[in-house]
Amino acid sequence: MECQECHERPATLHFTQISNGEKTEIHVCEVCAKEKGYLTYPDEAYSFHHLLTDLINFNASKIESVENDAFKQQAQELTCPHCGMTFTQFKRIGKFGCASCYHTFSTRLDPIFRRAHAGNTKHNGKVPKRTGIDLQTRKQLEDYKKELQYLIETEAFEKAAIIRDKIKALESSSKKSEAGDKS
Amino acid sequence: MSLEHFIDNAISPWMRNDGPESDIVLSSRIRLARNVADVSYPLIADEEKLEEIRDFFQENYEHQSFRNHEDLEFISISDLSAIEKHVLVEKHLISPHLVKYSDEAAALISQDEQISVMINEEDHLRIQLYYPGLQLRNALEDAFALDDWLEERVDYAFDETRGYLTCCPTNVGTGLRASVMMHLPALTLTKQINRIIPAINQLGLVVRGIYGEGSETIGNIFQVSNQITLGKSEEDIVSDLESIVNQLIGHERNARSILMKQSELTLEDRIYRSYGVLEYSRIINATEAARCISNVRLGIDLGIIKHTSRSILNELMVLIQPGFLQHFAKKNLTANECDVLRASLIRERLELEK
Ligand SMILES: [Zn+2]
Ligand SMILES: [Zn+2]
Repeated sequence: MECQECHERPATLHFTQISNGEKTEIHVCEVCAKEKGYLTYPDEAYSFHHLLTDLINFNASKIESVENDAFKQQAQELTCPHCGMTFTQFKRIGKFGCASCYHTFSTRLDPIFRRAHAGNTKHNGKVPKRTGIDLQTRKQLEDYKKELQYLIETEAFEKAAIIRDKIKALESSSKKSEAGDKS
Repeated sequence: MSLEHFIDNAISPWMRNDGPESDIVLSSRIRLARNVADVSYPLIADEEKLEEIRDFFQENYEHQSFRNHEDLEFISISDLSAIEKHVLVEKHLISPHLVKYSDEAAALISQDEQISVMINEEDHLRIQLYYPGLQLRNALEDAFALDDWLEERVDYAFDETRGYLTCCPTNVGTGLRASVMMHLPALTLTKQINRIIPAINQLGLVVRGIYGEGSETIGNIFQVSNQITLGKSEEDIVSDLESIVNQLIGHERNARSILMKQSELTLEDRIYRSYGVLEYSRIINATEAARCISNVRLGIDLGIIKHTSRSILNELMVLIQPGFLQHFAKKNLTANECDVLRASLIRERLELEK
């Protein structure tokens, strides 16, 4: 398919623009997309944006192929209570308006994340030091408990006792900090 | 105003130190995207909210030091002239996005220019750390500590399942973009690069040439970075990137030694011709200059050109760009005027090496 703007280069970007209920298909090359302002952030890595428009179109086509007006209506009106962004807007610009959007659109995000992040949908990295302190403690506790179970199964009771004490210490210290927060 | 020293020098202080593998890897960068909890992203947030964020970072972090990175300079983007903005972008201290989209944009830059924290970019915070050569792990360790230090006074937008919540879905999770700038003249010369780039893209990493006008790769410099930010730990992202970079280094060294064995004279000729162009031309455009600088740098790495410092590539690559030239001239220049000034600055710079 050739680019509808320059009729020279092949169209590599495909958009569906919805305004006032009218659906317009746009097929352009990267150069024209940049010129006409279809790429909102031309300086970000092209490939990322490219990928993103592709995967969001993928998602959109999935929703639109469902021949159910009520469902369509609902999909379009999913709106973030914090920033007012609708799911339709999110699909068009490919950016979230605020952190709450993640919760609002939560049920529809997995396919998008999967395509952008090689099948992954869950975070597996750093946790904020201060705000994530409970989370860190919980993860540490889980690890200790797994280790404890293994040690008991393998009858390494002396080591198990050490881990058990660590678990106790961690549990009591996290209770103290919770109590501290409440007072 | 101490903004001046960021702008007057083409080379950042940290570039003067050679890092590991610095015959091929120019620099390593770690970037973390972070947002302040409960405030909309700069894309749609109210001006007042963004001003609050900007002022908060000025009040709390201006002239603070973090580890050995001394005295963070606070720079409000709206206070800069067009040329000053241009220069900071050319030095990679701030992004084109930061300059373009927000009146409330700012940056905190350390005197050594290793740290740049962009405020109100696409995300509220873009934490960047540069290291010379291949030092992704050191950069990551430093960036984590910097992140913790900032977080002492800021609540981040974070979710247990999705991680750090960013404006763009391609950054969610770790918010990490690790990247490495590589000089790959031999792989380009032998055209092997054209096979390597698609192969690396398949591995979830991105290789990009640094493009000038048109689509020609400028100066044989390529940026390799991770694409996936969700579901992998930062350490894994960095070690996957590092292993690919090490393979690329191997291929480049190999291609260099084959070139030296099979066509040493041709290579030497190419390198000296480029040196000649830089030393004697009176009018030179950025693309030709970049090509010649790349060849000269290859000559230095292969021991063909002696008594010239390696950091000349990093330095001249900034020096030849229009923003820097216009800052130097202290006025706006036409393209032709840029070509003339570029040629004369390069000549002067080479003279310094003698
Ligand atoms: Zn076109
Ligand atoms: Zn929202």
